[in-house]
Amino acid sequence: MMQRFECLRAIYDQLENCLVVTIMGAVACELQSLGHKPNFFYLQHAMGLGSSTGLGLALCLPQQKVVVFDGDGSILMNLGGYTTLARYRPKNLVHVVFDNESLLSVGGFPTATSTGSDLEGVAHASGIARTKTVHTIEEFKHAFDDALRTNDLTSMVAKVEAVGPKGYVTELALLENRFQFKRYIEKLTTEARRHGERKN
Amino acid sequence: MPVSLANSGVVYDALKKCDIGLVSALPETWLVHLIRMAEDDPKMILVRLAKEEEGVGISAGAHFAGVKSAMLMQNHGFLASINGIVSLAQLYRIPLLMLISYRGHFGERDPWQTQGGGVTEPLLRSLGIPYSFLDDPAKVEKRIAEAQTWAYASLHPAALLLTRELMWEEPA
Repeated sequence: MMQRFECLRAIYDQLENCLVVTIMGAVACELQSLGHKPNFFYLQHAMGLGSSTGLGLALCLPQQKVVVFDGDGSILMNLGGYTTLARYRPKNLVHVVFDNESLLSVGGFPTATSTGSDLEGVAHASGIARTKTVHTIEEFKHAFDDALRTNDLTSMVAKVEAVGPKGYVTELALLENRFQFKRYIEKLTTEARRHGERKN
Repeated sequence: MPVSLANSGVVYDALKKCDIGLVSALPETWLVHLIRMAEDDPKMILVRLAKEEEGVGISAGAHFAGVKSAMLMQNHGFLASINGIVSLAQLYRIPLLMLISYRGHFGERDPWQTQGGGVTEPLLRSLGIPYSFLDDPAKVEKRIAEAQTWAYASLHPAALLLTRELMWEEPA
């Protein structure tokens, strides 16, 4: 079974020009261990709101690719969020759910996806046209590349093994991350405006 | 429907003067005109939610993107949003401008609103969220502007309670 860390490593270089929002726990820790970048924001609590934060970014910055790394435990707390994503269908948003069928960071209690709840099915039935479930690194890489290239909302589920790092607290302070992320976007939008003025 | 169209317009105009570019909302009786106004405004991004807590994430994303936002919700929606308010907006210092319809207070005929009416202000106080009342159309613009100014100065949520006096035109 594939591991989330391998998935992140396989696509890390492609995140350079994206705004990236992750949920708390293993995914935040593992992405930081590959190398933190100012365009990465780790939502270290508020389970369920990673996808909503990504939606707010995507709607306000339609020219900017936004990637959300979500998890089964988090999205199960905000299944209604799938219907909101479907309703507004931001073309610049890629939503990835790492589904390890477990609330890993609290000791590995099984979530409802371990007893058959199908998150891709929920996404699709919510009205998201482009959905996918992947099981291997090759499939993951291909589906992610495709989602980044496509000018449409994609929600994909990556079935991964329930393993993660030993601890979850990292060196990066929450507020430092938050202000750095906002400043990065300010710089992007200022540059885009200047570029627009030059063109005019 | 005795929801005040005129006063809804006063509130909407005040939001526009505060440079609000995104509104998240979940319909409730007192908010219907406001939501329609946002829907009819081509310059406003309106996000209709399944649950109000999503609006905290959407407003956080908008803030990162440099867009000023407001959340329209009933006080029961505020109750449903509390984890997001605490562990996103307060934890990460996100300025939220929350316009909350204050149902269940004196004059309320719907029995199901009354319990939430009684806990709204105590909860705002216990969360350390400052609030004021929108009860006089002459003061709406100033109060909304002041709440927004404070929210951005402190990087913290602020609340405005939409009262029956402002929103409802039927005598009690």
